[in-house]
Amino acid sequence: MSSRLKDAAHLIPLVLVVLAGVAVFLLFRQVLVPKTFGQYGHYRAAALDDIRVRPVSFAGQATCAMCHDEVATTRSKGKHRGVSCEACHGPLAKHADDPAAMKPKKLAGTGLCQGCHKADKAKPAYFPQVVPAEHSGGAECLSCHQPHSPQMQ
Amino acid sequence: MEINRRKFLILTTSIAAMTSSGEPSATSSPGAYDVHAHWWGMTIDIDKCIGCGNCVRACAVENSVPEGFYRTWIERYEVPPGEDATPVVASPDGGIHGFPPMQGADAKRFFVPKLCNQCAMSPCVQVCPVGATFVSPDGVVLVDEKYCLGCRYCVQACPYGCRYIHPVKKTVDKCTLCYHRITQGLTTACCEACPTGARQLADLKNPSDPVHEFLRNNKIQVLKPQMATRSKTFYRALDGAVR
Repeated sequence: MSSRLKDAAHLIPLVLVVLAGVAVFLLFRQVLVPKTFGQYGHYRAAALDDIRVRPVSFAGQATCAMCHDEVATTRSKGKHRGVSCEACHGPLAKHADDPAAMKPKKLAGTGLCQGCHKADKAKPAYFPQVVPAEHSGGAECLSCHQPHSPQMQ
Repeated sequence: MEINRRKFLILTTSIAAMTSSGEPSATSSPGAYDVHAHWWGMTIDIDKCIGCGNCVRACAVENSVPEGFYRTWIERYEVPPGEDATPVVASPDGGIHGFPPMQGADAKRFFVPKLCNQCAMSPCVQVCPVGATFVSPDGVVLVDEKYCLGCRYCVQACPYGCRYIHPVKKTVDKCTLCYHRITQGLTTACCEACPTGARQLADLKNPSDPVHEFLRNNKIQVLKPQMATRSKTFYRALDGAVR
């Protein structure tokens, strides 16, 4: 028995080296792999939080309606009821956070209207669209239509 | 109320991120968003898209998308008559400035908004060698910028061409389905800005989400179904010419 152990004695340093190697590997792994890696899958779960804290530019329709309820009511009764405020007025989260810090710009009208309503054969046929020169002779859209409830009474 | 809630959520998540960096507590702060309670996707109604470019502009602002790159874009298809006809596809600057009007009734024409399809079996995730891109527990394909090497395997793997290398960060960038917005109860920037409601954010795990009715009542198709990516961007009235 003891002779057998003696025969295997040369393997002991090898085993120690392998064990040390494994220990170093585990230590490095412990230090280098982020704690949340593998929480949900083969990725760093904390990345979700990193992405979630990115700033918001569009405040959202519900936020606009909190203060501008009068315009929201007008809009909800007209043809533009499905169009959110920021679809035309642009991103206004800064204005929603502090109304004094950022004032929305006055919109141009005609050019903005044509962005949606200029006649184009690629648009769905049901969608209201006009050839501006034929429709109004080039007059400003807002001289006849109210943007928040555009159908003429 | 809404604004308070929004501010509250931003504050709590940022505090959680600051205090618990390194701790295994991702999205587990009390009362916060539950990643396992949602399964996000999007519906797109081709019959409602007017090619105005609002979604492309909104996305660029919301996500600081560099000029010349697109997380979402609009393609205009023009399919001439005849069974051998090749469709002509145009997407000038991703449609960010809209499209020049077309005349004549000699062809079938329509707009197709595109974005990351949020595949449940995503080829881009399968090829990432470092675990930098992944499908989140709530079904959004995201990129961990701190882990991405910029190796571009995923850019080549995406069958829909939805990924690009960010010219400044040199890491891969893509649509996040506005993850920073949808996790605090807002819709995506593109859906918020769409004037016709052609795009709708969908939570497939929410039984009261209109998406279920939409999927039941319409003929729905996904892009490249033969790729078996289990895309969660559902198109209504999608023409066979669209690739």
